[in-house]
Amino acid sequence: MSGPDRSRATDCDVVVVGSGPGGATAAEVLATAGWNVVVLEKGRNLLIDTDPPYAPRDRFANDEIKNLFRHYYGPDPLLEPKSFRRNASDGARLFSGEVNTMPSMVGGAGPHADAKLPRFREIDFRLRSEMGPIDGADVEDWPLDYADLEPWYAQAERDVGTAGDHTANPYAAWRSGPYPMPPGPDMYGAVLSSEAATRHGFHPYRAPSGVNSVPWGGRPACNNCGFCMMGCPIHAKGDPIAMLQQALLTGRCEIRSECVVTEIVADPLRHKALGVRYVDLDGRLRELSAGHVVVAGGAFETARLMLRSGDITAGGLGNSSGLLGRFLMFHFQTYAIGTFPFRLHGHRGRAVSHLMDDLMVPSTADLEAARSVDLPWFRGGVVEHGAAGGPIQEAIHYPSGAPHTALMADSPMRDRAWVFTVQGEDLPQWANTVDLDPAVRDVHGLAAGRVTYEPHRHEIEAAKHWAPQLEAVLRDMGAVHTFWTTSPSAGIGSFAERTPPVERYAPTSKHWMGTCRMGDDARTSVVDGHGRFHDLDNVICADSSVFTTSAGYNPTLTLIALAARAASAMAGRPAPAPSA
Amino acid sequence: MMIRTLCGRLFRGARPPGMPVWFDDAEYAVVEAAVERLIPHVEGRGPGARQAGVVDYIDSTLGAFSFTPPRIWAGGPFSGRFGGDASFGDWEPLSRLAELAWRIRIEGSQGRPEREFNGPVRGWQDEYRDGIDALGADFAQVDADEQDVRLAAAPEGFRALVHQHACEGMYGAPEYGGNRARSVWLAIDYLGDVQPRGFTDHEVSEP
Repeated sequence: MSGPDRSRATDCDVVVVGSGPGGATAAEVLATAGWNVVVLEKGRNLLIDTDPPYAPRDRFANDEIKNLFRHYYGPDPLLEPKSFRRNASDGARLFSGEVNTMPSMVGGAGPHADAKLPRFREIDFRLRSEMGPIDGADVEDWPLDYADLEPWYAQAERDVGTAGDHTANPYAAWRSGPYPMPPGPDMYGAVLSSEAATRHGFHPYRAPSGVNSVPWGGRPACNNCGFCMMGCPIHAKGDPIAMLQQALLTGRCEIRSECVVTEIVADPLRHKALGVRYVDLDGRLRELSAGHVVVAGGAFETARLMLRSGDITAGGLGNSSGLLGRFLMFHFQTYAIGTFPFRLHGHRGRAVSHLMDDLMVPSTADLEAARSVDLPWFRGGVVEHGAAGGPIQEAIHYPSGAPHTALMADSPMRDRAWVFTVQGEDLPQWANTVDLDPAVRDVHGLAAGRVTYEPHRHEIEAAKHWAPQLEAVLRDMGAVHTFWTTSPSAGIGSFAERTPPVERYAPTSKHWMGTCRMGDDARTSVVDGHGRFHDLDNVICADSSVFTTSAGYNPTLTLIALAARAASAMAGRPAPAPSA
Repeated sequence: MMIRTLCGRLFRGARPPGMPVWFDDAEYAVVEAAVERLIPHVEGRGPGARQAGVVDYIDSTLGAFSFTPPRIWAGGPFSGRFGGDASFGDWEPLSRLAELAWRIRIEGSQGRPEREFNGPVRGWQDEYRDGIDALGADFAQVDADEQDVRLAAAPEGFRALVHQHACEGMYGAPEYGGNRARSVWLAIDYLGDVQPRGFTDHEVSEP
């Protein structure tokens, strides 16, 4: 295809559903290619003016109450509940309400993220070939290689504005050039934890992050306020405002916020999308015809939308494989936490300034440990060296009464705490799904999405193997007390609850992957190697739904690179030239 | 409810800002005493919830819709404490759906169909009414041990809610009504919102 399909009169060349990192990237690529783009976003627009010169808005603030406890970014779980169960033996659901809520606004979850942007490594696209299968999981190779994606990774790093040190990580995949910006300042605690980790044979490195260390893209350098996870008040983070701004500057892109797409309208044979129906901000049902459709609502909303489109009784639209919604992955998070006799000031600077990849590159001893528990192999995930949360998050974990006041003054769980967070590789499993809840509804009357999810034994055994090693690093760093725990709760850890509240069985990783698995075979996957639905000629998926496996890395940069590649293929555009 | 809101408004006109808009004086005294037991003043360690004005945080949350715009989301980007124009006090207007959600959460669904698409929802105001009843009208007058006994016996939903709200009012931004004059942040050695000054690279790496 070399241009938009204008064989029939439509309202626009392409409608993009969702304005997060993936949708924003697709919008930028397609608008730049000359297509007329309408982006429909169900959340509010706190991010960017939709009139020239498309300036960033000034709504984000260092405000723990509104950001973490008052659903400022949406979605409000009273309006848009999700339901959760571990498996069918839990019945229709264990509970409904909040399940790993991803912010829902113009920019998707991008503004909330602390913007660590690691690339995946070569092996992550060839896990089945390199490591082999695991019973009970559905480990497969991706239909593309790291080399296919490298130019798109490089372009994504330039588009977002990424700071990092290309020499720092000994395990990193090859790259065609350095990062556009040098890294920002090292956090004090991360300097100490990196020194200790190095003594234990680990290889910490300065985290690549989508946070400006120098002015970039017309936006200022970060001033280290420490509230990365609450939207950047000065817009020193580029994801995805940079892409949305570029899309708008073409004059061919329109963003309509508070518009909820209720279904994708298809032709009678359901081989082609004709457009979408949506509820606008005044609650009116509208229709928008388009030559092409990009779905980019994230692995939860994209699956939910496709399942309620087309013939619902036949499994929705684009689901001839019967796999739509399956192979849902989150990252199994392990937290090793240390309390120190001195303050670490972890609330200053980027939320995370150092990572290490060692747990993604299992040693002979690690593999022996896996075999000793009857697994052929296991992998952990990238380890983030970071601080704990804000003071309200700290306070709610302390008991009430006089000890509360004293604990808050001493701050063992915030200012004197340091945390290793492992983004543990979450193996794809057929039984882990997003589907439509039979009874729970959202405020628009649409079926709530239901998550059915249980970690594989791989994730649990990997956590049990590595967490004590991370505790040892924390003790070497000077911790007087350490413990470890996981999300979701899996009955392991030095802090395991025997009967946790049911909500703790749901992950809280803020990473959602799978549900529209990418592959070459239309019988065993939902989209092809360029994100196009096997069943639908003119629809691509531009979010992390397409991930074949989760790897153990933050997904954002990879989903941006994939979205750019998919949208460029749709527009007939070549891969970007290598960076100088 | 209407009368209560109206009274709240008149009340507010007659008294300095920050005085109750939703609680009456007796309820205010009960909740003020209760949160002080949850987060008490400890000599040399920090102020308690009473001194920090946590009850004002709770009162203005339960009575958020007595204000225009409702006191749900403070404005941005800066408080003015570290430069820039102070804008936290420019409360954000709620969208149609956000107002629906917050009215359900605070007032409960009250049998209205548009609030009950997933069945009835009990609101925070009802939780507090029942909780205050359970603590007793003389709660502020009884001794600390008796207060602790009554708190432990109060409905679980209320106890969880008031603990959550006490933490938010105590350690959140002062514009929400608690953390009076940043007294709590100062006591825990925390600067709070530091934009647009931020921290220097030196303060990050070698504090």
